[in-house]
Amino acid sequence: MISLYAGIGAFWQALKDAFVVDLPIGEGFTAVVDFMQTHFDLFFTAIADAISFVADNLTAFFNYLPPQLVFGVLAVLALWRVGWQFALFVLLGLYVVMGMDLWPESMDTLGLVIAATLAALGVGLPLGVAMAKSDLLAAFVRPVLDFMQTLPAFVYLIPAVIFFGTGRVPGTIATVIFSMPPAVRMMNLGIRQVPAENVEAGRAFGCNPLQLLFKVELPLALPSIMAGINQTIMLALSMVVIASMIGAGGLGDPVLAGIQQLRLGTGFEGGLGVVILAIILDRLTQSFAQRSRQRTAISTRLKGFFGRRQDAPGN
Amino acid sequence: MSTKLSVEHVYKVFGAHPKRALERIEKGQTKDEIFAATGMTVGVSDACFEVEEGEIFVVMGLSGSGKSTLGRMLNRLIEPTAGSIRIDGQDITRMTRKQLIALRRREISMVFQSFALMPHQNVLENTAFGLAVAGVAREQREQKALAALDAVGLKANAHSYPDELSGGMKQRVGLARALAVDPGILLMDEAFSALDPLIRTEMQDELLRLQSEQARTVVFITHDLDEAMRVGDRIAIMQGGTVVQVGTPEEIVREPANEYVRSFFRGVDVSHVFTAADVARRDQVTVMERPGVSLRAALERLRGHDGSAAVVHDRGGRYQGVVSIDSLIACIDGLGRRDDGHIEDAFINEIEPVSVDTPLTELMTQVAHSPYPVPVVDEGGRYKGTISRATLLHTLDRTDKGAA
Repeated sequence: MISLYAGIGAFWQALKDAFVVDLPIGEGFTAVVDFMQTHFDLFFTAIADAISFVADNLTAFFNYLPPQLVFGVLAVLALWRVGWQFALFVLLGLYVVMGMDLWPESMDTLGLVIAATLAALGVGLPLGVAMAKSDLLAAFVRPVLDFMQTLPAFVYLIPAVIFFGTGRVPGTIATVIFSMPPAVRMMNLGIRQVPAENVEAGRAFGCNPLQLLFKVELPLALPSIMAGINQTIMLALSMVVIASMIGAGGLGDPVLAGIQQLRLGTGFEGGLGVVILAIILDRLTQSFAQRSRQRTAISTRLKGFFGRRQDAPGN
Repeated sequence: MSTKLSVEHVYKVFGAHPKRALERIEKGQTKDEIFAATGMTVGVSDACFEVEEGEIFVVMGLSGSGKSTLGRMLNRLIEPTAGSIRIDGQDITRMTRKQLIALRRREISMVFQSFALMPHQNVLENTAFGLAVAGVAREQREQKALAALDAVGLKANAHSYPDELSGGMKQRVGLARALAVDPGILLMDEAFSALDPLIRTEMQDELLRLQSEQARTVVFITHDLDEAMRVGDRIAIMQGGTVVQVGTPEEIVREPANEYVRSFFRGVDVSHVFTAADVARRDQVTVMERPGVSLRAALERLRGHDGSAAVVHDRGGRYQGVVSIDSLIACIDGLGRRDDGHIEDAFINEIEPVSVDTPLTELMTQVAHSPYPVPVVDEGGRYKGTISRATLLHTLDRTDKGAA
């Protein structure tokens, strides 16, 4: 028995010696990054300029807004879309953020999240449409999406720094990469799940491909698209915190300081700020996932006003 | 009547190499053989028929018979593999994308089994869908949509949303959407199959009512024979991808092309398919009323033909009455030797003629209770034949035998 075990061991060792070589995957990756850095410099500069323009302006804009206005607008949105309880929560949450003295950081984060989300949706939604239309493209894109989502975020923070230096730009780019997949996936899924008869009806009444997309497929896929957008925003928010490690700024800073200097209180305050922001963004975007026509019916609007939004999205 | 739509040798093969399957069909291989050998499915094979302007043409078959595939080839939602489909003489299989889109917007519209309404649009917008796609201005399309909704009795619900409507109402919207574009051909794919029986009958009546107001060319696809018989001017029966019989409901019931067609009548009440004209026979003894035809001559004629009753009509073939041996004898007994009498005196009063288009169902009681065959007359009062208890039983028996 023991000799059999030893025999298998020896055989395995021989097999390994004969066939397994050291694959230079890490070296290859470095080489690719080096190559791109030297040859696509202009390209990266252009991207960096565009992103920094949007991100800088958005963060500056949110910081420029008087807090009273932010309080007011978010509370009214919450009242209109969700209900009075949630409006109360928004006011309370923002009050807590203010009380923790994290207002500028929160506005930075909000600006970054919105900039990253816009970029992610700008690329992701059309890509999702293309994927739904072409099985071939879908077969190529799906593993790339898996890769983007599962590769630890820190791994592409490094090349982001190499290409774009530190600061808001690489932070935003890393966030875009991390948060884009759900938008692509849900757009693809949503369009593929539009009932075949509705698509046939569209074609039977003489829709051209563009009309079919805008008059039938996108409206019917809306709940699923909105769920994708919601997920993208949530992922962007979580990534923005990590991105503060490369100097993106915002609410990630107190969290990072808390970790690095073992300042429990500071870290917790930063974390709480992120949670409050997350809940506000999540509920608000989710409320838009419901068919917009429910807004038009006075009865449902009243129901919404009194906080009874139990009707399922997409009915 | 002119031909609106003609389908000529149309084939549809689902699979990687349709041409190869076509070659096998030409060699006489069956659908199953081709599937076993190549994995390709022959959806429709050599379909030929013509649809006349203004008729309801039913394509009927069980699931998998290729009827929906055939229907979808008529507006090229499914591309035919071979053959040609002509609408007003134009071959749509040769049309470019652009022409096809124009055709779908103008000439042929469709009603779907699961309604396929757009949930994000209200009833009015749904109804105006085809017009909106065609680029008709809002005011004009809403006006047309409202007229279409009015025609199906849903004007009041114009601003409701589909999820607020019942199944029958949804399909009325589906129908209105198809009617709003004022199409030359209305394609109805199992349009009433998802509705419960009562509503289904109601919708069939609705269709027939709309058809009586303005006769459209309708291609109606169904798996339900009762429905086919009820709405169809003519029916094409499909089996395994081929059209096995085309004819009026009466023709198909009377002379089913094969065992498969006959098997449809299993459990189907055909008594409402037949009308008095279909079962009336001209084997009854008749007496022509003219000067000189005496009661005695009539009696003689009856006895000579072994009949118990005779139908009396005038020279123009117009029905006058029915006499029997008993009624003739009763009259003759009251006559003098030289008196010829009047044949009208011998008419049996309780026999009422029925009109040719009376359905069999409505005849049954009358025929069953009448001691003599019931005469059938057309609109002009002309005698068309009689229906006896024996004839009636024979008709019902024959259809039952067909079903067994």
